[in-house]
Amino acid sequence: MEPLKRVRSRTIVIPSSNVDTDQIIPARFLTTTTKEGLGKQLFADWRYRADGAPNPDFVLNTAAARDCSVLVAGRNFGCGSSREHAPWALLDYGIRAVISTEIADIFRSNSLKNGLLPITVDEATAVWLMQHPGAEVDIDLETARLALPTGTAVAFPIEAFARHCLLNGIDELGYLRSKQADIERYESARKLPGEDHCAH
Amino acid sequence: MAVTARTLFDKVWTAHEVVPETADTPAVLYIDLHLIHEVTSPQAFSVLKSLGLPVRRPDRTLATMDHSTPTRTEQVFGNVPIAVDAAAKQVAQLERNAAEFGVELFGMRDARRGIVHIISPELGATQPGMTIVCGDSHTSTHGAFGALAFGIGSTEVGHVFATQCLLQRKPKTFAVNVEGKMPAGVTAKDLILSIIGKIGVSGGTGYVFEYRGSTVRALSMEQRMTMCNMSIEAGARAGMIAPDEITFEYLGGRPRAPAGAAWEAAHSRWQGLATDAGAVFDASVDIDAAALEPMITYGTNPGMVLPISAAIPDAAADAAYDKALRYMGFHRGEAMAGKPVNVVFIGSCTNGRLEDLQAAAQILKGRRVAPGVRLLIVPGSQQIKHDAEASGLADIFRAAGADWRESGCSMCLGMNGDTVPAGQYAVSTSNRNFEGRQGAGARTLLASPLTAAASAVRGRITDPREFM
Repeated sequence: MEPLKRVRSRTIVIPSSNVDTDQIIPARFLTTTTKEGLGKQLFADWRYRADGAPNPDFVLNTAAARDCSVLVAGRNFGCGSSREHAPWALLDYGIRAVISTEIADIFRSNSLKNGLLPITVDEATAVWLMQHPGAEVDIDLETARLALPTGTAVAFPIEAFARHCLLNGIDELGYLRSKQADIERYESARKLPGEDHCAH
Repeated sequence: MAVTARTLFDKVWTAHEVVPETADTPAVLYIDLHLIHEVTSPQAFSVLKSLGLPVRRPDRTLATMDHSTPTRTEQVFGNVPIAVDAAAKQVAQLERNAAEFGVELFGMRDARRGIVHIISPELGATQPGMTIVCGDSHTSTHGAFGALAFGIGSTEVGHVFATQCLLQRKPKTFAVNVEGKMPAGVTAKDLILSIIGKIGVSGGTGYVFEYRGSTVRALSMEQRMTMCNMSIEAGARAGMIAPDEITFEYLGGRPRAPAGAAWEAAHSRWQGLATDAGAVFDASVDIDAAALEPMITYGTNPGMVLPISAAIPDAAADAAYDKALRYMGFHRGEAMAGKPVNVVFIGSCTNGRLEDLQAAAQILKGRRVAPGVRLLIVPGSQQIKHDAEASGLADIFRAAGADWRESGCSMCLGMNGDTVPAGQYAVSTSNRNFEGRQGAGARTLLASPLTAAASAVRGRITDPREFM
């Protein structure tokens, strides 16, 4: 994974709260067996009309959305299904960070593993961002701060290990595999009757 | 020194810490059982292939196909090709991956196939005190057995394949205390919908629920699974219920449950899992089950839910609220009961078990589906299909005019082509009423199997107590 240190971009705003992963990528597109190419189906049911033509009222189809890599959304973004296709679709489209007052647990975890920054901010910052679509923001992962064009910068919480991995381009699987000896020790210590029951 | 009182969650978590968490690093958590299906596993198998790694513990891995599989008998057992071409490819990919990596697969024609969260308990593979994961958010279902079970993404599926472990931060605990006797016509589905309505769709974010209290203790395993299943709809990745005699009674004698001396050992260990008296939770809520009514959703998330006799709230001005009502074609102040219904779906990992079908049959017996209404009934597993046919339930459904199918996720998410047409209203026993969840433009009303069956008979949203 490429190291990720900073995201500077104008914002796209989707003010809806509880944007679920079925909206981010509808289930009928999950029959793929790869991660690639999901960007064109991102927000498909909002972005396209029934005949497949772009819906001109949806923000992603406006000229202002072009080349934006930060999405601002209402409370509880990414709720619902665990489909990792949701961050894959956002990333494939070009989004590198999502900002909300609240981000669902599984979506947050999936995003961090793919280099998509889930950023939660206080209500006042969220309101400002909602009211200023297209604002140029600067997200610095090193200091875990989000700077607004007003000069204000707010700190955002990010799990220490995930931040370390993102900053250094470390794959978490590599770290887990380095714990091989601990895993073997754990497995052999548990072989009591009825305690190590397998599926078969 | 006094022993610290611990919660059920704490006990299961601690027992699976390979490496405890620190300020800088998450815990390495051991996974006892990894369930996989055709939709979220292919990308994880690709990672193994690119790194030249095996599945570390195929003996702790079970595969089935459920999300995109057809429910039409001729496509499952006949020689008719699967109608959705991409789904056929996904199924074939899982067959190849399972064979290559030595993972046991309940394939298309296997009598043990079904929805992943239904077959694992049915086999007795889901057991108290286990850690269980699957690339599916409704993995929370297995918490009904006192397991710590939660949904993961495909990257994490790859982590479990390669190491049988996950990197996890310890979540907080949330006690959901339910007391009182549920009135007739009120089911576990109504209970969990009312809980989601009360705490909101993100009220459980960052927490693991423990459902507690005399009401929960009195529920069957099927109903406990319905409750735990929808924990994620309140934002909680997992929901747990302490194992008790009802749990042990359900598990004993199942094919993958321990037997003989191993059963005795497991049984005594499982009895120690319940939360200790005096253990402290990070949050709690109290629910009075005696005051409940059958519940139905009216909006586009499961928290937008009402007692069936109520009217749509005239809530404070809110763009999201109005957008949801616009999508549903509803207005503030309208009564829910009596609204017309086009489709009724009974099934899913939430309400596709035999007890759910028995509940629906109680109302459908000797009655017919209203003219113009489509009733689709999809059993949660091939075993349930078999049992429902052997016990006469399927005959009741067919006589009522229902479409009775092979098992799978089906119309819960419409991946396999079983969809609700745009603009139509579907009373569904599934778990999500999101926009387009059951098909682009579909309007979903979540309810219990009793309410679904009653609404199918009348062709309108109907309080099942009218039939009782």
